[in-house]
Amino acid sequence: MEAASVPAGRPAAPGQAVRDAVSKYGLIVILLILPVYYAFSDIVSEDENLSRFGNNLVDGLSNGAIWALVAIGYTLVYGIVELINFAHGEVFMIGSFTTASFFGFIGLTQDTSVTLLFFGLLLTLFVAMAASGTLNVMIERVAYRPLRNAPKLAPLITAVGMSFILQNVGLLWLGGSPEGIPDLIRSQQELINIGGVSITRGDVLSIAVTIPLLLVMTAFIARSRLGKAMRATAQDPEAARLMGINVDTTISLTFLLGGILAGSAGLIYALYQTTIWYFQGFTAGLVAFTAAVMGGIGNLKGAVLGGFIIGFIQQLSDNRIDPAWTNAIVFVYLILIMVFKPSGLLGEQTRDAG
Amino acid sequence: MSTAADTPAPPAGQPKRRIPTLNEMPWWVEKVVVPVVFLFGAALLPFLFDSGSGFIGTCVLALAYTVMALGLNIIVGFAGLLDLGYVAFFAIGAYTMGWLGSGFFSQVNNEEGWHIFVSGFAASLPGIHVNFLLVLVVAIIFTTIAGMFIGLPTLRLRGDYIAIVTLAFGEIIGRSAVNGDEIRLAAIPIIGGPLENAFGAEQTITAGRQGISPVDKVDLPLVEAFTSLELRPWYWVGLALLAISLFVNFRLRDSRLGRAWVALREDEVAAVSMGVPAVKTKLLAYGTGAAFGGMAGAFLGSFNNTVNADQFQFFFSILILGMVILGGLGSIWGAVLGGIALTFINFELLPRLNTVPSKVGLDFDLSEINFGIYGFLLVIMMIMRPQGLLPERRRKMELTEDADVHDETLYTARV
Repeated sequence: MEAASVPAGRPAAPGQAVRDAVSKYGLIVILLILPVYYAFSDIVSEDENLSRFGNNLVDGLSNGAIWALVAIGYTLVYGIVELINFAHGEVFMIGSFTTASFFGFIGLTQDTSVTLLFFGLLLTLFVAMAASGTLNVMIERVAYRPLRNAPKLAPLITAVGMSFILQNVGLLWLGGSPEGIPDLIRSQQELINIGGVSITRGDVLSIAVTIPLLLVMTAFIARSRLGKAMRATAQDPEAARLMGINVDTTISLTFLLGGILAGSAGLIYALYQTTIWYFQGFTAGLVAFTAAVMGGIGNLKGAVLGGFIIGFIQQLSDNRIDPAWTNAIVFVYLILIMVFKPSGLLGEQTRDAG
Repeated sequence: MSTAADTPAPPAGQPKRRIPTLNEMPWWVEKVVVPVVFLFGAALLPFLFDSGSGFIGTCVLALAYTVMALGLNIIVGFAGLLDLGYVAFFAIGAYTMGWLGSGFFSQVNNEEGWHIFVSGFAASLPGIHVNFLLVLVVAIIFTTIAGMFIGLPTLRLRGDYIAIVTLAFGEIIGRSAVNGDEIRLAAIPIIGGPLENAFGAEQTITAGRQGISPVDKVDLPLVEAFTSLELRPWYWVGLALLAISLFVNFRLRDSRLGRAWVALREDEVAAVSMGVPAVKTKLLAYGTGAAFGGMAGAFLGSFNNTVNADQFQFFFSILILGMVILGGLGSIWGAVLGGIALTFINFELLPRLNTVPSKVGLDFDLSEINFGIYGFLLVIMMIMRPQGLLPERRRKMELTEDADVHDETLYTARV
């Protein structure tokens, strides 16, 4: 645009066109290179169809839904207090643990009838959400609120401290090794098969819980009075306070929402993977934080987009390359995206992106 | 003022005698006498303990970790670039030691090995064996380059985006260390052929979780060979590294470069418009900070006698960052104190605490909640001293001053 407004007669610097093209399309090329490569290799392989690729996509999306839910918690908290809440992954882990223990408590098994199972799961979902939400609010009260006026990095260390404490709670709760839980919904059972792409019960559950939650959450933040207070506090806490917004309550509310989403993600994870252990929160936290940053930290849609992208990359890498390299590949993607879009994919709308 | 500076102590017989403060003494008292006394005292410390005792082992670790904390303090404390991937430099330093000081490349030179300035036992082993001091230099060069390379993609980023990119690099290097035992040098494109001739067809990049072990001991001229049983010499080498790091840190902090770091940290736009070259200054912060990690990493590789991929986890970055923040961001003595405190909590206090319940007759296994206690201590210490144990003078000023410190608080955005 600017080059067009320059008076004629000044030729563009050599290579400028190339540079423009790289900065414009580089990101798209990078994002698409793995999927397109594998889609193409599927077509030319002996199967000659995209069913394997489609399965990767479906699995990637259902895993990505979990990351998206956790990532929103990071992004909400970051947007309002500018803190990387390292304990958030552990809140997610506690959600999974509550789910597993509550199943045992109300006696859900694979033989429970469908209606009972449905209401049992719904009840468990609420319990897991309540547990994680309360926990997240408590963490804020104990570990972050006393440090509101401290140097910016001090709460980072209390966050790490809280995450250690919660991991220890998980360790005492279910022991140090991964624990199998009953596969209540038979998550790997195929429900529909569209042209070789199988959609399992787990996939349906993951999407059926995530999408409504995301819609409710976006509507809440965009429409409700409390949501408005949250956005105002995120924009300028001082001004929000002057306008009569109770900043402390608003921050607590933000942590509550983040915790609720993490709790629901914990339930999906427990039902989908059917194995849980105390260390799952650490990995999930790292991945979800990456997703939040990839999408542009502080941006809700960005966190969801980042979650889905990472879920998909992970699935491609697990299935086609080598699970041992999956994390490294995700992080390579992150760095490349950061090089081309320093404020994340949808990062313009955040206040830190400056 | 000048008379006070000329007379270190009031002459005897003067009616009111008082001990002058450090500022009133001649410059050489603060700059020469005090450090020498401290160093001498620290050097004598191991004589109070048995040379093979675990306590001295912890002290050696504390010294090495403190060197790393000083390095990270340059990146995070001075320059204000939040680095969550410091473990990468530990890994690179340690692998430099592992590659250049062990039997790992067993096929080189027809299984006879290359030996450069090594004496004693190691001189007759296959593999590459380079003198420890040379390895230190190579490790510093490698990590400086790596630090600058990692810094490059972060130059356009702000705030916590830097954190995640450095974290990503740390994780990539960690994963590469774990999976490196599957990558054969001969399989590398283009240069694979010559590498295969030099190192053999089966040579891998790292030894993964199994670890490169044993690693050559520190080998200094004119000194007897180091062993794993006599820990005092290790302690003195660690202390020497720390002394060098401290000297470099103090000189850097007050230099033109050090002031440029602080200026960038405080306000990047203002600093750049005053002529501070942002790119060069930031890259130098990454490079210098990384060099200390490489130096300590190489030393630890030799001291631990193994270079094992499991050592290079994200938690290590957090441990070192915790030392810097707990000590007081940007404060050199703070980093030292934080380094010593966290090392001793982890390796001395917590193991000792485990024996308490059985001593008072309770049947309770405290080792199960060590992790939680450590987390609890972190939270408590941070809440009691948010500004750190020994806050930097400049930050202390900012914190007590009410006006215009908004970018230091949790709430407010940097615009």
